[in-house]
Amino acid sequence: MDFLRPASWEEALAAKAEHPTAVPIAGGTDVMVEINFDHRRPEYLLDLNRIAELREWETGEETVRLGASVPYTRIMEELRTELPGLALASHTVASPQIRNRGGVGGNLGTASPAGDAHPALLAPGCEVEVESVRGSRLIPIDDFYTGVKRNALAEDELIRAVHIKKADGPQQYSKVGTRNAMVIAVCAFGIALHPETRTVRTGIGSAAPTPIRAKAAEEFLNAALEEGGFWESKKIITPSIAKQFAELASGAANPIDDVRGTANYRRHAVGIMARRTLGWTWESYRGTSRGSTEGVA
Amino acid sequence: MADTRTTGIPAKVTQGAKSKGGIGESTLRPDGTLKVTGEFAYSSDMWHEDMLWGQILRSTVAHAEIVSIDTSEALATAGVHAVLTHEDLPAAKNYGMEYQDTPVLAYGKVRHHGEPVALVAADHPETARRAAAKIRIEYRELPLITDEASALAPDAILVHEDRGDHHAGHVTHPNIVHRQPIIRGNAAEAAKRADVIVTGEYTFGMQDQAFLGPESGLAVPAEDGGIDLYVATQWLHSDLKQIAPCLGLPEEKVRMTMAGVGGAFGGREDISMQILASVLALRTGKPVKMVYNRYESFFGHVHRHPAKLHYEHGATKDGKLTHMKCKIVLDGGAYMSSTPSVVGNAASLSVGPYVVDDVEIEAIGLYTNNPPCGAMRGFGAVQACFAYEAQMDKLAAKLGMDPVEFRQKNAMEQGTIMPTGQPVDSPAPVAELLRRVKARPMPPERQWESSEGADVRALPGGLSNTTHGEGVVRGVGYAVGIKNVGFSEGFDDYSTAKIRLEVINGEAVATVHTAAAEVGQGGVTIHAQIARTELGVQQVTIHPADTQVGSAGSTSAGRQTYMTGGAIKNSCSLVREKVLEIGRRKFGSYHPAWASAELLLEGGKVVTDGGEALASLVDVLEDEAVEIEEEWRHRPTQPFDLVTGQGNGHVQYAFAAHRAVVEVDTELGLVKVIELACAQDVGKAINPLSVIGQIQGGTTQGLGVAVMEEIIVDPKTAKVKNPSFTDYLIPTLLDTPTIPVDYLELADPNAPYGVRGIGEAPTLSSTPAVLAAIRNATGLELNKTPVRPEHLTGT
Repeated sequence: MDFLRPASWEEALAAKAEHPTAVPIAGGTDVMVEINFDHRRPEYLLDLNRIAELREWETGEETVRLGASVPYTRIMEELRTELPGLALASHTVASPQIRNRGGVGGNLGTASPAGDAHPALLAPGCEVEVESVRGSRLIPIDDFYTGVKRNALAEDELIRAVHIKKADGPQQYSKVGTRNAMVIAVCAFGIALHPETRTVRTGIGSAAPTPIRAKAAEEFLNAALEEGGFWESKKIITPSIAKQFAELASGAANPIDDVRGTANYRRHAVGIMARRTLGWTWESYRGTSRGSTEGVA
Repeated sequence: MADTRTTGIPAKVTQGAKSKGGIGESTLRPDGTLKVTGEFAYSSDMWHEDMLWGQILRSTVAHAEIVSIDTSEALATAGVHAVLTHEDLPAAKNYGMEYQDTPVLAYGKVRHHGEPVALVAADHPETARRAAAKIRIEYRELPLITDEASALAPDAILVHEDRGDHHAGHVTHPNIVHRQPIIRGNAAEAAKRADVIVTGEYTFGMQDQAFLGPESGLAVPAEDGGIDLYVATQWLHSDLKQIAPCLGLPEEKVRMTMAGVGGAFGGREDISMQILASVLALRTGKPVKMVYNRYESFFGHVHRHPAKLHYEHGATKDGKLTHMKCKIVLDGGAYMSSTPSVVGNAASLSVGPYVVDDVEIEAIGLYTNNPPCGAMRGFGAVQACFAYEAQMDKLAAKLGMDPVEFRQKNAMEQGTIMPTGQPVDSPAPVAELLRRVKARPMPPERQWESSEGADVRALPGGLSNTTHGEGVVRGVGYAVGIKNVGFSEGFDDYSTAKIRLEVINGEAVATVHTAAAEVGQGGVTIHAQIARTELGVQQVTIHPADTQVGSAGSTSAGRQTYMTGGAIKNSCSLVREKVLEIGRRKFGSYHPAWASAELLLEGGKVVTDGGEALASLVDVLEDEAVEIEEEWRHRPTQPFDLVTGQGNGHVQYAFAAHRAVVEVDTELGLVKVIELACAQDVGKAINPLSVIGQIQGGTTQGLGVAVMEEIIVDPKTAKVKNPSFTDYLIPTLLDTPTIPVDYLELADPNAPYGVRGIGEAPTLSSTPAVLAAIRNATGLELNKTPVRPEHLTGT
């Protein structure tokens, strides 16, 4: 196994072009586990840790351009206002040590349905900035996940950053695991209210071959909110709307039985999380929320 | 955390009552800071110049004939020094603690997933791993024995065809390892007096010890043709007895030294890499290190027996138990390990800490193609406690009685006769322990609420942010258990202590040399405390544990403070007599008090019981060293009768009670244990801080199996599905509740200082208390542990 250590982004792109099988490694929280388990033995490891700009972010008018290696700890601590859903998701990632190393670039590169960040990227909406020696392009997150542990990257491309829409309304994130911390997701749910566009977007993790949005649930809810004039009146969402939203979210899941949980449970839990997170975000939008709901680790 | 302490009748201690750092003090562990800062040398940290790395190739199927093994490609790998199969073994091909049925390397057949088949030594661990992967093994798969039905079918394939063990003759099927019935009174007749009868079927999952330091060690070939073996184990001499025949060496040529142990909990009582590393070292003439990774560790040691338990209890209207019938089926997996003793424990402790005169009990252990099971903290008593405590709650509910009062009404006490006919002849404060946990104030409700919103850390789901209070229901549950202490059923259980007292640099120094394994239980503090108390010296050196001294027995069964503590106490008192003899010889004529029989050693001096100093140890000993090595035994026990189960089989009992307070997210099926209060009789707390640590640790391990811990074996393939810490979950700090501990010190007159083994009892009652609390919160029956979200949500 060769270990490539580019000193700059340009060198990294050149190395990836020269060795398309090279596996990029930054925090190593996925790659090292796979190597330790002997699940993969890449010909080349492409170490991105010398490239400082991957650990930086820029806050623009509309979006945050989040470097692929910005550790989860910094997202939790410093991007709570701009990216509240992703900050909540970051809180659920493994242990403090892992959160100090891992970033969303790894989750996107691995594209496992169980990656904690995915629902919190789908719900606000974002674009993944990828680059190769051929040039740079932005992939909408809705087109990014192409199959189980597969994504839309070409073999010579690296993930540079994610352009995530800054929160224009409340966001929430819930994850079910069978332990109260440091646990891989049985399933997860993210939701973002977008009062500017009067839409709600969602994300579901670990309950389908790829991370997905609950599109039917979103469409139903968007129509119901519009029809009932909820965005203007800020009235309480009726239980029947919340119930229908939850059922449709549950129906969007296409899970499997595995050692972590049954398909039936996952469907059930996605529905419960959808109902609860809708309640929390909507109450927050109405201005009645009792404030932060994050645990402080 | 609040801890209270109650003293009963103190054991009579006069010698050393004034010693600093003696028994009863919370002296600190010498290895504590090293372990917390990562400086402690564990067995996996050892290194030797020129050493090779050993790697095992394990079976990928659970039950198969081995058709062929081709090692040629592996042998041809650069850096590989040896590739061995069973054909290369120098002597005996099997080992085992109670009976040698376990192949060092599989021959003929493999009987479980992950069984060692071949062995590689190479100059780098990765080279060894890659070479092992190049060994070609052809299997012809056989039908699988995975449960009671498949094991006991009349035409069942036999896991072991030619059994030669001493249980083979009395079992009712060759796939039964051991069967222990216990019949006392007349259960059928007594059942007629019952106003209510409850039955239940309970399932206990396969728990893993999940110690953090994986199996590892270093074997160094010696010039005399022997081996120096450094290994993390629970019982050096038991290992030695199994290793030497497999190497074809006399025991004195296998010199074992304890390496740093990272937890054990029963999982190091059986041999792991000891023989394999030694075989490679002898074969290559080079030191060989072996370290399992986490994945391999799940295959590298025995687990807790999963069990199915069928119980029937009756009670009268006024809440007195009439009878109990039970059948306990323990899955021992592919090899015997300690299954017979686990069966004996499960049977003899199946009634729990209750008075029931009419019982019909049957416990069996099976041979199957599942992973081998053996010793784990609680050893057979854990599974039974889970079931009988569920039964107690069912009975109380049916009678409309308070579950604690119902238990207290039936609680055993000193003088109660066990189902085996053995009287309980020391304090058994079962009702009092229950009273204490019940009397504690309840933790406040809705602790997650704060001015800033819900603190999810205090809620089910924790940081995963699944509820802010929605669906959360509190439940409270109680349980109490009984565990035997020490090795039972007639086993010649002893420990050995070599004590040396001498003057070094003008100060009397004691050296304590035993073979006792320090696996985290705190022998390193306790042994020095006892020596200070018994010899009245301050300086005590703890000699590394090795086989240059006699056996200390196993660090298990809650026995090491009792047994090696007892051996140290005994050897120290012999040293004391010898010192006084020297003193009398030298100084007897100068002071009449030397003639008194009541002389003590205190503060480095010989003193009278009135406190008058007669001479310093420095003057008494001068350059003479006093050294005594002596074996020490607890009182003998008897085997259980194979038909009636009668016999004085146990040495001592330990009792603990828990009250669990849980909060359950009833919609998502997630559980947060809020508090797990424990009350336990410890006889005498030699080191109170260690006592509390043991009780809190045992309680947490019991919590783990209540709500998350389980090795999942696919019933279709008998393969382990979750051999990793990603999917075998153990409690984190956020899963671990406040554990207030209330301990009693009611001395056992038969035990040194009155001590009672403490490490196991809290693991028993913790699990059923948590289950009872979850049942209380949800109204569900919950007959299986661990409880999973699916069970709580009906999905």
